[in-house]
Amino acid sequence: MTNAVNPIYRRRLWVHRIGIGLSFLAMLVGVGFLAWILVMLLIKGFSAVNLAMFTQNTPGSGSSGGGLLNAIVGSVLMVGVGTLISTPVGILAGIYLAEYGEVSWFAKVTRFVTDIMLSAPSIVIGLFVYAIYIATHIGGFSGWAGSFAISLIAIPVIVRTTDNMLNLVPTSLREAAFALGAPRWKVVTMVRLRAVKSGVVTGVLLAVARISGETAPLLFTAIGNQFFNVNMSRPMASLPLVINNFTMSADDNWIILGWGGALLITFSVLALNIISRVLSTPKVSG
Amino acid sequence: MINHTPVNAGLKPTIEVSGLNFFYGNFQGLKHINLKIFDKKVTAFIGPSGCGKSTLLRTLNRMYDLYPGQRAEGKIIYNGRNILEPGQDVNMLRAKVGMVFQKPTPFPMSVYDNIAFGVRLYENLPKGEMDERVEWALNKAALWTEVKDKLHKSGLGLSGGQQQRLCIARGVAVKPDVLLLDEPTSALDPISTAKIEELISELKGEYTIAIVTHNMQQAARCSDYTAYMYLGELVEFGETDQIFMNPDKKETQDYITGRFG
Repeated sequence: MTNAVNPIYRRRLWVHRIGIGLSFLAMLVGVGFLAWILVMLLIKGFSAVNLAMFTQNTPGSGSSGGGLLNAIVGSVLMVGVGTLISTPVGILAGIYLAEYGEVSWFAKVTRFVTDIMLSAPSIVIGLFVYAIYIATHIGGFSGWAGSFAISLIAIPVIVRTTDNMLNLVPTSLREAAFALGAPRWKVVTMVRLRAVKSGVVTGVLLAVARISGETAPLLFTAIGNQFFNVNMSRPMASLPLVINNFTMSADDNWIILGWGGALLITFSVLALNIISRVLSTPKVSG
Repeated sequence: MINHTPVNAGLKPTIEVSGLNFFYGNFQGLKHINLKIFDKKVTAFIGPSGCGKSTLLRTLNRMYDLYPGQRAEGKIIYNGRNILEPGQDVNMLRAKVGMVFQKPTPFPMSVYDNIAFGVRLYENLPKGEMDERVEWALNKAALWTEVKDKLHKSGLGLSGGQQQRLCIARGVAVKPDVLLLDEPTSALDPISTAKIEELISELKGEYTIAIVTHNMQQAARCSDYTAYMYLGELVEFGETDQIFMNPDKKETQDYITGRFG
């Protein structure tokens, strides 16, 4: 290293080392906490993971045994319906923003509002749905209300990812499709959206991961249900709600089940994140 | 415009541009352009960056329509009508006036579908005929032998030169009258460039071609007519031999010989 004598070079080298060192430390803190959370969940929740967790409903206070079947089914149903509502709305709105976002004031306002929605406290979304749906007696506490609330959380995530992804498509590709005489809707769907489909799918999966862990929007909407229920018009249990109620209780059996639920939902979300990461890895796609 | 030889002697123009002005917002990109693009000939547009040659090309298929704030005034007569008029169906126009861009732009789909995409927009061909059309177009672009075993692989997996020929095949497949080539070889290596230039000579028997290029030799080699543009104006237009050997204007001479600026 003959250049080490050069003071400017030596200074740069030290700045580099300090920078790398700090980045590494920051990484350790992040990964450390993640590992801690996962280990804690495994220790506290693993004893609850058994067949009964998936086959029995939440037990009453003071009883032993039981499982999380009603909560798992409720979560799957509400997240499923929420995804079915938010995916088409989110992707279509994202396309609108990407296509017209630069020229129309309406699109600019929509993009701005979407950004606000992205950071809106989720409890506010829950209160909003309570106020317009339940307090007005259009419907009661129900799976529908819960699905609607969490879809409002997912929509801005999907809109933003779709918009961002579509804007990554080079202008030249879009122009090339127009140059063949393709109408606008074909250019968007066949060329532009297709070029970033893995990115858009990733956005949807991340939104699903986000809403499967949401508790606050469900507090005033789905409210929870101790019994097995697949009727979306009635109050519905969900994993985050059960975790919230059980781990805060004094009932030892509930506390263990609550941790089991936390373990289940964390690893499901982790799996979704890993899947979306695999899907979004750049590759030549046909 | 003074020319040694009358450039329209006995030739039929495919496109006639007259009094064309073009604006990017308040900036005037093209100033009163008058020009004829002759049938089944290659017309090259040369000039320094920003002179308006790409802009001119993009008025011919109304590509500028995609961008609000860009507008053209004047006349571009193609097939007996002014394509700048609001009543012109731009999709139909673009199906007849194809374009190939500076960077290869294969669509994110298979080689086969890249070609079939444009064809399907205007023709409903049974599978057998579509197969023939794809082969025909790839042959026209001198790409068939290289890709015939990977027709159903992604077009993005081809090399840069192959991708550009794929784009030319895609343009040819819809059977246009005119092909606009906007610096089609500037992102390619010399061997791929040579292939594309050969292709241009092959294609001009059947298509009217307009090519924008920064490469003087390319303009001299490939074209029948050359237009030299500067600062949004058409400085000189004539037969390529005349423009290169004996230009009327000193500016043209200076640019061609590299004594510019």
